[in-house]
Amino acid sequence: MKLDLLTSLYVFMLAAFIGFEVIRRVSPLLHTPLMSLTNALDAIAVVGAIILAGEYHEHGALLAKILGTIAIVAATSNIVGGFLITDRMLRMFKASGPKKS
Amino acid sequence: MTNLPATEHIEITYLIATALFILSLKWLSSPKTARRGVFAGEIGMLLAVVGTLLHHGIVEYKWILIALVLGSIIGVPLGEVAMTAVPQRTALSHAFGALCVTLVGTAEFYLRAPDVPPFMMAVLSMEVILGSLTFTGSLMAAGKLQEILPQRPITYKGQNFVNLGLLGVAIVVAGVLVAHPEKMQLFPLIVGIPLVFGVMMIIPIGGADMPTVISLLNSYAGLSAAAMGFVLQSKLLIIAGALDGASGFILSVNMSKAMNRSFSNVLFGAFGQEQAGTAAGAKEARSVRSATPEEAAGILAAANKVVIVPGYGMAVAQAQHKVRELFDGLTKRGIDVKFGIHPVAGRMPGHMNVLLAEADIPYDKLLDMDEINGDFAQTDVALVIGANDVTNPAARTDHSSPIFGMPILDVDKARTVMVIKRSMAAGFAGIDNPLYYLDKTLMLFGDAKNFVGSIVRELAGGHE
Repeated sequence: MKLDLLTSLYVFMLAAFIGFEVIRRVSPLLHTPLMSLTNALDAIAVVGAIILAGEYHEHGALLAKILGTIAIVAATSNIVGGFLITDRMLRMFKASGPKKS
Repeated sequence: MTNLPATEHIEITYLIATALFILSLKWLSSPKTARRGVFAGEIGMLLAVVGTLLHHGIVEYKWILIALVLGSIIGVPLGEVAMTAVPQRTALSHAFGALCVTLVGTAEFYLRAPDVPPFMMAVLSMEVILGSLTFTGSLMAAGKLQEILPQRPITYKGQNFVNLGLLGVAIVVAGVLVAHPEKMQLFPLIVGIPLVFGVMMIIPIGGADMPTVISLLNSYAGLSAAAMGFVLQSKLLIIAGALDGASGFILSVNMSKAMNRSFSNVLFGAFGQEQAGTAAGAKEARSVRSATPEEAAGILAAANKVVIVPGYGMAVAQAQHKVRELFDGLTKRGIDVKFGIHPVAGRMPGHMNVLLAEADIPYDKLLDMDEINGDFAQTDVALVIGANDVTNPAARTDHSSPIFGMPILDVDKARTVMVIKRSMAAGFAGIDNPLYYLDKTLMLFGDAKNFVGSIVRELAGGHE
């Protein structure tokens, strides 16, 4: 599916609006987990890196492989670390009140 | 050309992943559903990665798998750091994200050059410029937060001029490349100059400005990923990048409002330029009243309503668990205890909440500045632990104060104010705090952890 410039811009604009609306509602209480979660989601860039490293290239194959591989390592560490720490933080948030442990 | 998959299967997988990402952030709005949000994000990520691995024209898996394993091995310890180290961990992960984007962008350029259409070259330039400045900028921020690098802001004459000049040159070079993509020898400049700019940008920034800077770098990392989505023509990446960019943007605006910095000030990365000492003129020795842990415990025990205002000093002294004991001791006596948290308390947005939640303080007792400020007038004791500038009433009244206009926690409206502080030294901004000289204010001099510990002992000893 090829995207033209205008379609890409539409997608970006709509996503930005959704982002503003959704993230505005996040309580300041959770701003740290918010940042670590968006960081993990942002590491979806790994998809681009995987294709770069794995696809067949007529020329520049070595460059693509080296840079792609390093990029995968960087992004994967964000995915794993980001989800782990977000969940760890969220587990710590407990409500007070009628003794529920 | 390495466009993303053409098959419909993978497009549908990406579509589902996109929906899960948006739900993930939506569910994060409340602590009750937040963990479900993380789960949704994980499933979305898994779908997208596995889908890409299975369906695309990938010819070699060996290095991909090695990289995935290696990345996971690095990622696990990054997910296990102590809560006090979360700001530097976050900065580091911005650096990794930006590194990924920059490397992919660089490879894409050399695979496509010399025939890169102008629009493609423009977004590619944006991708690598934002990516590389975020990479070094975030590494510098992480270094400062980890105290490997000096935390003190370093400023020199013409700093803004040098920084904006560097960025300007990078943009001009990018412009030349858009017009003449065959001038491939120019490409290293739009990676290299922003790398230097990233370092220069963080040099003038001090610890207390970190919440703004981290949010801003967050936004840059998101925007660079969105630009990568344009280059690879991937809707999923455009959307994920836009969500991250929006999130960082909102947090930056929040932080800059909470520090009374204009938004253009934030956008141009010119933080930490505040001239300290403007208001430090009148330095006559004014007297303060101090109190012992015993007296402080007595006053707290007699109160009905207590608001604790924690600042980064509490985290530095590792006092949060003692504060939790104090919270327990007072609550047991039927005293209403709440926490008032300023948006820029700590080293990143929401940092103080995470530290207090880790110490097992229920989240419904942690109130935002806007929620708590109305309560101070009915509060018997406001106990300030390791916070300074965010409680300075001069921000409300003194037009000559550098922090004039900054929204503060109105602790001075409480009946009694107690401030735990090491000494009378001025805060980050080097500004004297008139709060300390009020008749209703008691200074509790000492280390936060020890002092709170002593109060807890006094409360326990002076049994019911």
